[in-house]
Amino acid sequence: MEILDILLTASFWAAAVRIASPLIFATLGELICERAGVLNLGIEGIMVIGAFAGWMAVYLGTGLWTGVAVAMLAGMLFGLLHAALTVPFGLSQHVVGLGVTLLATATASFAYRISLPEVTSPPKIAPFQPFEIPLLSKLPIIGPAFFAQTALTYLAFILIAVVAFVLYRTPLGLALRAAGENPAAVEAQGLSVTAIRMGAVIVGSGLMAVGGAFLTMSAFSSFFFEMVNGRGWICIALVVFGAWRPGKAALGALLFAAFDALQVRLQQTPMGAVVPYQVFLMVPYIMSILALVLMSRRAEVPAALMIPFNKGER
Amino acid sequence: MGGAKAAEVVLRLDGITKRFGSLVANDGIGFDLKKGEVIALLGENGAGKTTLMNILFGHYMADEGTVEVFGERLPPGHPRAALAAGVGMMHQHFTLADNMTVLENILLGTGSLLSTGLNVRAAREKVEKLSQDFGLSVDPGAKVGTLSVGERQRVEILKALYRDARILILDEPTAVLTPQETAALFETLRRAVPLGLSIIFISHKLNEVMSISSRVLVLRHGRLVGEVATANTDRHKLAEMMVGAEIAPPRLAEREPGEALLTLARVTTAPHGNAPGLAGVDLALRAGQITGLAGVSGNGQSALADLIGGLEVATGGSISLYPAVSGTWSPRAALAAGIARIPEDRHKTGTIADFTLTENAVLETYDTPPYSRAGWMDWKAAENFTKTVIETYDVRCPGPAARIRLLSGGNMQKLILGRALEKAPRIILANQPVRGLDIGAVTFVHNRLIAARDTGAAVLLISEDLDEVIALSDVIHVIYEGRLSPSFPRGSKTSAEIGIWMAGQGFEGDAHAA
Repeated sequence: MEILDILLTASFWAAAVRIASPLIFATLGELICERAGVLNLGIEGIMVIGAFAGWMAVYLGTGLWTGVAVAMLAGMLFGLLHAALTVPFGLSQHVVGLGVTLLATATASFAYRISLPEVTSPPKIAPFQPFEIPLLSKLPIIGPAFFAQTALTYLAFILIAVVAFVLYRTPLGLALRAAGENPAAVEAQGLSVTAIRMGAVIVGSGLMAVGGAFLTMSAFSSFFFEMVNGRGWICIALVVFGAWRPGKAALGALLFAAFDALQVRLQQTPMGAVVPYQVFLMVPYIMSILALVLMSRRAEVPAALMIPFNKGER
Repeated sequence: MGGAKAAEVVLRLDGITKRFGSLVANDGIGFDLKKGEVIALLGENGAGKTTLMNILFGHYMADEGTVEVFGERLPPGHPRAALAAGVGMMHQHFTLADNMTVLENILLGTGSLLSTGLNVRAAREKVEKLSQDFGLSVDPGAKVGTLSVGERQRVEILKALYRDARILILDEPTAVLTPQETAALFETLRRAVPLGLSIIFISHKLNEVMSISSRVLVLRHGRLVGEVATANTDRHKLAEMMVGAEIAPPRLAEREPGEALLTLARVTTAPHGNAPGLAGVDLALRAGQITGLAGVSGNGQSALADLIGGLEVATGGSISLYPAVSGTWSPRAALAAGIARIPEDRHKTGTIADFTLTENAVLETYDTPPYSRAGWMDWKAAENFTKTVIETYDVRCPGPAARIRLLSGGNMQKLILGRALEKAPRIILANQPVRGLDIGAVTFVHNRLIAARDTGAAVLLISEDLDEVIALSDVIHVIYEGRLSPSFPRGSKTSAEIGIWMAGQGFEGDAHAA
C-alpha cells in the first residue's frame, strides 16, 4: 500500500526523471560508441572527469553552459585517447576502456587535490535551477515530473529523439550503424571506418561527460570522489537492456531511476524500520538484473561490436 | 588487340607491381578493358588475382604502376575515388551488414554523410527499377541476414549498379552459388553488357570462364602469362596455361565394392539451424567405393556429416558399423571406429589457426601413443609424423613449427588430408574437400581420395559441385530436404537428370510439396 501511495506522488516522479537524466546522457553516449562497434568501458571514468571539469569551470567563474561545454570537451579528450588506441591501433577494447576509466578517475582526483589543497568540505556552486514550462508544468503529476526540471534534463530528453533521428534517418547514422555491423561493407562503399568509429567514440564520450556534469551542476552542486558511483556501469547494462535502441534504452534509464527513487522513499516507511536499509539500496540493481535477463535475450547485438577493423585484412 | 581498336578503352592497368615482403604478388601487370567487354581473369589461388583487383579498387596501394579509368588516373588507395569513377567491386566475401535491410546496405555511403535526411522512397524506386532491368529480384525491405546466398549476391550487384557503376569486378562470384544461382547471375551479366557495362570476372572455374567471357587473361605467380580470345581456346588449353603443365582428369578403375562398413537405416536427426535434419535416411557406405552426395547446400548435408562424424546423435533409426562399435556415439567413438574426417570448414572446425602444424596434425590423436605416453606429450614423435605428412602430401610451408594460419587454403587442406589419411582409415568423410582450392590442389586431393578407395576405404564425398560428384563417385545419392534419392550407379544418370533430383523432383511421397 505504501508503494502505491509513493507512486501517486508528483515528487516521486520528479525525482525519477531527475535521477534518470545523467543516465540518459551517458547511455546515449555509450550507445553511439557501441553502435559503431566500439565498447567504451571508459564511461565510468569519463563521467567522473565530466563531473569534475564542469563543476571546476563554474567554480572558477564561467557560466553554467560554458561549464557543460568544458565537461564535454574533457570527455571528448579522453574519448580521443580511447578511440586512438582501439580504432587505428586495434587494441583490446576491454583493457583500454578500463585503463581510461582508471586514468580519468585518477586525473579528476589529482586535479581536485592540486587545485583545492586546503578545503575540508567541498565548495558549492550555483547549479542549474528548475525551469517551469508554462501551462505544461501545471498538469497533475506529469507537470511537476516532466516540465519543472532543469534545462539539462530537458536537453537529455531532446537528445533521445536527436540520437534516434540521426541513427535511423540520416546517411551518417546509416554509416555509423554499418560500421558496427560490418566494417568491411563501409570500407567497400568508400567510407572510412576509422573516421566513423573514432568520431562515434569521441562524440559518445562527450555525452558521457555531460552525464557526469549533470551530477555536479544540476543535482549535488559540488564535486566529491565516488560521486559517479557505478552509474557508468549501469549505463552499459542499460544499452543492452534497450537492445541498442535509444528510446528503449532511455526507457530503461527511467525505470532504473524510478526504482532508485522508490527505494529512498521505502526506507522512510514503517517497513524501513524493520528491514536493513542496504536491502532497499539493492532494489534498483536487482530489478535491473532481472529486467536484463528478461529483455536482452532476443536483442540483436551489433555484429562487429568489439571487433577491431584492420584495412586490407580479412 | 588488332580488330577491336574501335571500342572505347574504359580501364587501363599499366605495370602494376605489388610486393608483400619478399613475395611479389603482382609483377608488372598491364591490360586494357574495353566497353561492353567481359574479360575473365583466370589463375590459381595465390596467382595474384585478388591482389590486383584490390589495387584497382583502392584497398591496396601498388608499389609501381598506374590505374586509369576512362582516361583519368585513379589516385592510389582510395576506394571512394574508384567508386566515383564508376568501378563497382563484388568481393569474394560479401561486404553486407546482415542486421540491416537491403535498401540500407545499398544506400550506405551513397550521399553526403552530413545531409540531414535519407530519401528512402526515391532510393527504393531506383532499386526496384534496377532490379527489373537486370533481373535481380530481391525485396528491398528484407534484412540481409534473412536472404539466401544468391540473393545476397544480387544485393552486392545492386549496390554497384545503384552507384551507376560502368565497370563491374566480380571476384570469384560463383564460389558460394548453386548451379541455378550461377545461371541467374550469368543471365544478369549478359543483360548488363548491351547496356554498356564492362566486366572483369575473376575465377578459377574453367567452364564458367568459357561460358561468360569474351577474352581470358591468365595469371600465374603474379605474372600475366597469357591472353586469348575465348572463342579461340578451350578448357584444356586454359588449364594448362593456368597451371603451366598438363592436367589429367581423375580416373577411376572399375572395382568390386566390398561389404558395407557403415549403414544408416531410417535415420532421422533434429533440424540443423535453418537447414533440415535427416528425414528417414537409408545409406550404406561400402569398402572400396566412393559414395557421392549431390545436392544444393542446406538440404541436410551438414546433418549427415555431423551424424557420421559423431557430432550429432540420431533421433530415430539406427546406425550400424562393421565391425560393431559399442557405447555412446560421439566424435571420439567415430574416430575409434576408424572414421577420418575432412571437415567442410577447414578454418573453423578443421584447424586451430594459431596452433602450429605439428599441434594441428595430432589434434585427433594427441592422447594416444606414440604422441602421448603415460600422460606426457612426445613432441618429437608428433613432429616426425608432421614431417611425414608435409613430405607425402606436399604441404608447402615454412616447417612443422609454423602456425597454420600462415598457410594457403590448399596447403592447409593437404595437411588435414594427410592427418586423416595417414591413419589408414576405414571410412572417410570428405565434406566439400576441394572448396576454394585451385586446380593443382584439387587434382591432388581427388587422387588421394581415389587411392584411399582403391586400398579399400569407404569414402563419402559431399559436394555442391555436381561435376565433381559425377567425376569421382562410384554411386551417387541426391539429398533434398533431409531425404536421400535412391543410389545411382556411376554413369547411369546425366548431370541434367541429377539436377532434376536436386531440385526436389522424383522424391516419393513428397510431404513438402505443399
